[in-house]
Amino acid sequence: MSNHAAAVAHQFDDAFQQHDAATLGMWVFLTTEVLFFGGLFTGYTIYRHLYLPAFEAGSHLLDVRFGAANTLILICSSLTMALAVHAAQLGHRKSLMTFLAFTLILGLLFIFIKLAFEWRHDYIEHLVPGINFAPEGETLAAIQARHAPVNYVELFMIFYFIMTGIHALHMVVGVGILTTLLIMAYRGRFSPERCNPIEMAGLYWHFVDIVWIFLFPLLYLIGGRY
Amino acid sequence: MATAALEPQVEFRTHYLNHAYGIKSWLLTTDHKRIALLYLASVTFFFFVGGAAAVLMRLNLLEPTGSLLEPATYNKLFSMHGIVMIFFFLAPAVPAVLGNFLIPLMIGARDVAFPRLNLLSWYIFMLGGAILMYAVIAGGVDTGWTFYTPLSTSYATGNVVAAAMGVFVSGFSSILTGLNFIVTIHKMRAPGLTWFRLPLFIWSMYATSCIFILAMPVIAITMVLLALERLFHVGIFDPSLGGDPILFQHLFWFFGHPEVYVLILPSMGVISELVPCFSKKRIFGYSFVAFSSVAIAAISFLVWGHHMFVSGQSVYAGLVFSALSFAVAIPSAIKVFNWTATMYKGSVSYSAPMLYAIGFIGLFTMGGLTGLFLASLATDVHLHDTYFVIAHFHYIMVGGAVMGYLGGIHFWWPKMTGRLYPDGWARFAAGVIFVGFNLTFFPQYVLGYLGMPRRYPVYPPEFQVLNVMSTAGASILGIGYLIPLVYLIWSMRYGPPAGQNPWGAKGLEWEKALSPPPPENFEETPVVTEEAYNYG
Repeated sequence: MSNHAAAVAHQFDDAFQQHDAATLGMWVFLTTEVLFFGGLFTGYTIYRHLYLPAFEAGSHLLDVRFGAANTLILICSSLTMALAVHAAQLGHRKSLMTFLAFTLILGLLFIFIKLAFEWRHDYIEHLVPGINFAPEGETLAAIQARHAPVNYVELFMIFYFIMTGIHALHMVVGVGILTTLLIMAYRGRFSPERCNPIEMAGLYWHFVDIVWIFLFPLLYLIGGRY
Repeated sequence: MATAALEPQVEFRTHYLNHAYGIKSWLLTTDHKRIALLYLASVTFFFFVGGAAAVLMRLNLLEPTGSLLEPATYNKLFSMHGIVMIFFFLAPAVPAVLGNFLIPLMIGARDVAFPRLNLLSWYIFMLGGAILMYAVIAGGVDTGWTFYTPLSTSYATGNVVAAAMGVFVSGFSSILTGLNFIVTIHKMRAPGLTWFRLPLFIWSMYATSCIFILAMPVIAITMVLLALERLFHVGIFDPSLGGDPILFQHLFWFFGHPEVYVLILPSMGVISELVPCFSKKRIFGYSFVAFSSVAIAAISFLVWGHHMFVSGQSVYAGLVFSALSFAVAIPSAIKVFNWTATMYKGSVSYSAPMLYAIGFIGLFTMGGLTGLFLASLATDVHLHDTYFVIAHFHYIMVGGAVMGYLGGIHFWWPKMTGRLYPDGWARFAAGVIFVGFNLTFFPQYVLGYLGMPRRYPVYPPEFQVLNVMSTAGASILGIGYLIPLVYLIWSMRYGPPAGQNPWGAKGLEWEKALSPPPPENFEETPVVTEEAYNYG
C-alpha cells in the first residue's frame, strides 16, 4: 500500500474513487433522511386534510416572526456553509475557519430562538401536547373563533413539536459536526486534496436547511394569514 | 482419515483468520470478512432464540386446550418469535453475513467502501438486540411483530416502548449496511466488471440495499411516533383524540411489505449462484433474472395495502392493491422458470448446497402461489388472519429465505473457513429440514382453509390431528437445524482443507481468492474479461 497517498484509505485505489464513494454515500444517506421525514409529512398531510380549520387555528398560535427569522438565519447559514466548502477546496484555511464559525454561530442562533422564544412560549401558554396541553384565555378564544375543536388543534401541535423537534435534533448533530470540523481545520487537517469531510458536512447542512424550507410554510403560513 | 493424509501438505499462510488473534482483533476489526463472522454468530444466536419460542408455541398447540402455557405467555412468545426472526435473524442473515463476506470478494475489491461504518452497523445491531432482549426479560411484549395500534399504544401490558426502540435501533444497522453495499457496488468494482457481468447475487443484494435505505427510515419514524403515543397519549393514532389507527397500518406496511421482500430477495440471489454452479451451465436469461430483482424491489413499495383488505381501507384502494400484488408474481415466476431452465440439460450434481437450492425452488413456488390466494380480495376475506397466512409466509420465509441462507452458508463455508464439512451429514440434514418443514407447515394450509385463526393458544378439538402433525414436523425441523450447527462447528477445526475452489465454481471469490482469503482479499486487483457463469 506504499504507493497510496496517506489520505486515501486502503480499500480505495485513489483519491477520486474515495471522493466519489463518499459523495454517493452521503446522497444515499440523505435519501434515507427524506424517507424518515416523509413519514411525518404523510401524517401531517392526512390530518391537515381531515382537520383543516383546526390546523389553521393551530398555525395561528405560532409566532410567524420567529419562524421567518429562523428561515432567514438558515438561508444565511447555507450561504456561509457553501463558502466554507469553497474555501476548503481552494485550501484557504483562514477563511474556511471563518465560514465554519459563522455557520456554527447561525446554527446555534437558530436553536436558541427555537428553544428560548418559541418552545418556551408554547410551554407557558400550555400548548405542549402530552405535557401540559390545555389552552386557556385568549389562546382558547382564538381557537374557538375559528370553530376548531381543541383536540384537533392538539394534533397540529403534536406534529409541530415532533417535526420541529426532529429537525432541531438534526441541527444539534450538525452543530456537533461543525464544531469537530472547526477543530480539525484549526489543526490544519484539510487541504484541497483532502476536504471530503467539509463537502459531506455541507451536503448534510443544506439538507437540514431544505427540510426547514418545507416546514416553515407548512407549519407557520397556512390559513390565508398573509 | 483424509484429514490426516492432507495435513502435512498444508503450509502456513497468512489469511484473514490468523493474521491477528485475540478478542480485540475481532471486536475492533474493520475487515468485512470478520464482520461477516461477527454477524454469523449473532444471527445464529437470535435464530435459536426465536426458534425456541416457536417450539414452545407448537408444544402448547399439541392439545386443543393449550394446557402448557398461559394465554398471555403465548401472546408474548409469538410476538417475540416474530420480532426476533424478522428483525434480528432474517433481515440481517443473508445480507449481513453472506453479503458482507462476499460483495467485496465478488466484485474484486479489498473491502467495502466504508469499513468502519460496517463495524458500526454491527454494534448498532447488537445494541438493538440488547434492547429487545431487555424488553423480553423485563416482561415481554404481546402486540405481535406488527405493533398494531391502539393495542400497542393503549391496551398492551408489555414493554412496547423498549421493543419498539430495539426495532428502531436495529433498523439503522440495516440502513447503514444497505448504504455501504450500494456505494461499494457502484464504486468499487474491479476493472472490466461491468454491471452485466456482475454475479446475480450482487444484483439481488443491490435491490435489497435499495429497500433497506428506503423502507427502514419509515419504520424508524413510525416507531418514534408509536413510542411517543404510548408514553404521552398525544393522539397521533388514537381515534378519541382525532388520530387514526389505520394511518399506523399504512406507515407500518409501507415499510413492512418491502421488508418481507428484503427477507427473500437475498436468498434468491444465493440460488442464482448455486443453480448454475451445480448444473455446470450458464444461467438461463441473465438479464431477466437481474431485472426481476429490481422489479420485485420496485413493486414491493406499491403493494402494502394487501395487508389491509379487511382493515377499513377503501374498497377501490383494495382493488388496486390486489392487482399490483398479482404483478409481483411475474418477476418471481421469471426467476423460478429461469432457474429451472438453467438446470434443464445441465450436468446436475446433488451436493448439499444444491439440495437446499432445489428445496428453495419448490417451496418458494408453493409459498408464492398461495400468496396469490391472499392477494385476491374475495378469498382473502376468508383466509385473512388464519393459519393459511402463517403457512404461506413460512413457505416463503423458512422454505425460501432460510433454505437459501443455509444453502449459501454450505456453498461458501469452504471459502469462509478453508475447511470442508462432511457432505453426507449435510445432505442428510438438508433432507431432514425439507421433510420437517413440510410436515410443520403443510397442515397449516389446511387448518387455515378450515378456518383456524392465527394467534390463539386454543382451538376446537377437530383440528387436533393436523396440529399434532405440525408439532411433530416442528420437532423434526428443529433437529434438522441443530445438525448443521454441530458439523459446521466441528469442521472449523477438523474438516479437511477445502482448497481454493472445491466446487469448480466461477466467480472472482472462487477463481482469484484463496480459501480463506488473505486480509486484503486478492494478491493483486483482478481484471474481469468474461461474462458471469461462464461454465463449459
